[in-house]
Amino acid sequence: MEVRIALAQLAPHLGDLDANLALVNNRLAEAVAAGADLAVFPELALTGYLLQDLVPDVAMRADDPRLLAIGADAPGVFVAVGFVEETRARRFCNSVALLRGGRIIGLHRKVYLPTYGLFDEGRFTRAGHQIRATEVGDPLHKVGLSVCEDFWHPFLPMLQVQDGALLLINVAAGPARAPGSAAGLAAIGSWHKMQETYALLGTVAIAFCNRVGNEEGLTFWGGSRLLGPDGSVLAEAPLYEEALVMGVLETDDLRMQRYSLPLVGDERLELVRREVDRIVAERAGLPLPPDLDLDAESAALPGPELDRELDREVERA
Amino acid sequence: MSARSVPAELPPLPLIEPATTADLIVAFISSQMEQTGFSRIVVGLSGGVDSATVAFLAARAVSAGNLLAVRMPYRTSSPASETDALRVVQALGCRTERVEITPMVDPLLGLMGDAQGDAAQVRRGNVMARQRMIVLYDKSVEFDALVAGTSNKTESLLGYTTQYGDAASAFAPIGDLYKSQLRAVAEHLGVPAEIVTKPPSADLWPGQTDEDELGRTYDHLDRTLFALVDRRWTVERCVAAGLDRDLVEWVATRVARMEYKRQMPAVAKISLRTPGIDHLYPRRRPGSRR
Repeated sequence: MEVRIALAQLAPHLGDLDANLALVNNRLAEAVAAGADLAVFPELALTGYLLQDLVPDVAMRADDPRLLAIGADAPGVFVAVGFVEETRARRFCNSVALLRGGRIIGLHRKVYLPTYGLFDEGRFTRAGHQIRATEVGDPLHKVGLSVCEDFWHPFLPMLQVQDGALLLINVAAGPARAPGSAAGLAAIGSWHKMQETYALLGTVAIAFCNRVGNEEGLTFWGGSRLLGPDGSVLAEAPLYEEALVMGVLETDDLRMQRYSLPLVGDERLELVRREVDRIVAERAGLPLPPDLDLDAESAALPGPELDRELDREVERA
Repeated sequence: MSARSVPAELPPLPLIEPATTADLIVAFISSQMEQTGFSRIVVGLSGGVDSATVAFLAARAVSAGNLLAVRMPYRTSSPASETDALRVVQALGCRTERVEITPMVDPLLGLMGDAQGDAAQVRRGNVMARQRMIVLYDKSVEFDALVAGTSNKTESLLGYTTQYGDAASAFAPIGDLYKSQLRAVAEHLGVPAEIVTKPPSADLWPGQTDEDELGRTYDHLDRTLFALVDRRWTVERCVAAGLDRDLVEWVATRVARMEYKRQMPAVAKISLRTPGIDHLYPRRRPGSRR
């Protein structure tokens, strides 16, 4: 079955909610007219990126009628769009909403807020605490929403895959560095490597929508892409320019990829959980979980006592 | 690598792809104009490669008819500089005006007591740079335009600028380009070859060149700055890679000593909310457009 996915690579107006609502609604109308089943807009598409203390001025509740109205007149179409969310507890988050038919059916709050180098997000927005896949019904079953930097932490997309996502949607505002140089291309190349690796190892499709345009001295690079579950590129937008690109995801390909490369089904979450619990306990100084000898062969391997003995021998030498 | 091995070559110059870089800067300038509500640009045109490049970029962003290039010679300025400035005007077909600063600068220096000795040349250079700033900002009101900055990354990092003089501007299109990168962009844009290849000079007195005054070549300065700043190398690593220790230490010290020139003045924090400290906004936002 074909799913038509539109990537709306646009340049939001910094701090101008009304202008951006108009921009998003116009692009969405184009995508719907072109037959999109899902339209993806960039990170903070409704607000712009370098907001600093404008954050409270442009924040919206997740039930804000202006947000819910996006795509309300195209009932069959999913829309993913980034905005500044003000929670009921008055937390300000960099969020992405998944909308359909005037309702919000999924919400992800950016978990990893880059606060290093040229980024200062942790100063102005608060981190999300949840990593889930969102139920969307057949044929995609579930999708995993994330925002830009979230993708640089591989546990997040892989958890969403284990939670049932057949499609990962990453919305981004990636600034260009050293344009055209080896270093600049390497920055974009790193994104490509990462996406292709996640698609391959997660046997999952990826819709990546990165913004373009300019804020202060930053230029955002665009290059939005749709990847198939084997890491192949199904659609790609140009660098630096506004564009609306459409790609077709064939879910039969996804089905056969999951059959021939059953990595997701073979995952050993109970092992992962046990080792994660142990590492967390060690770091936090909490009581360690029982050290069960679950693998008989481990007796033949050097244990901690032997390691220490070897260390002492090396020191003596 | 052993301590004694000799590096085959110096650390690299920072390479950049000129066409993409030029496109990004033109988009940056257009965005500055759109966000501020201006459609015209004023630039001081010296005849050197920095201001010529900015003029070419500005003309692409706002069209030559919306660009005013102001030539501001002093009586000691090289006539060749003005010839080169006119080459740029001719190539672009932009508007131009000539405002000689001698009758402004000389009486001012006379009134302030044109000191002799070591500081005299620095003081004279600063007064000239600031006089040109006054002319440009005055023209910007007359022409209803923004003043485009012409400082590059090499001189900004080394503090080889006059505060509130040549460093003053509404936006800095080439502020993140080293001199060597800038030359590549200039060539790509079609800046006349005479301008791209001549020895860079602040042209504050006859025969002055940047490389003489700094005592180092731009090639070595850019390699050193790129290693220290962009790649975050230590002084020791730069030296091990074949750069001269005196050069590296001089550059590192100068970058640190000139930090104040690149920042707004420190504000004594008194209130709950202080501009620049915890009252933080993008320069352009709804309401800031005129």
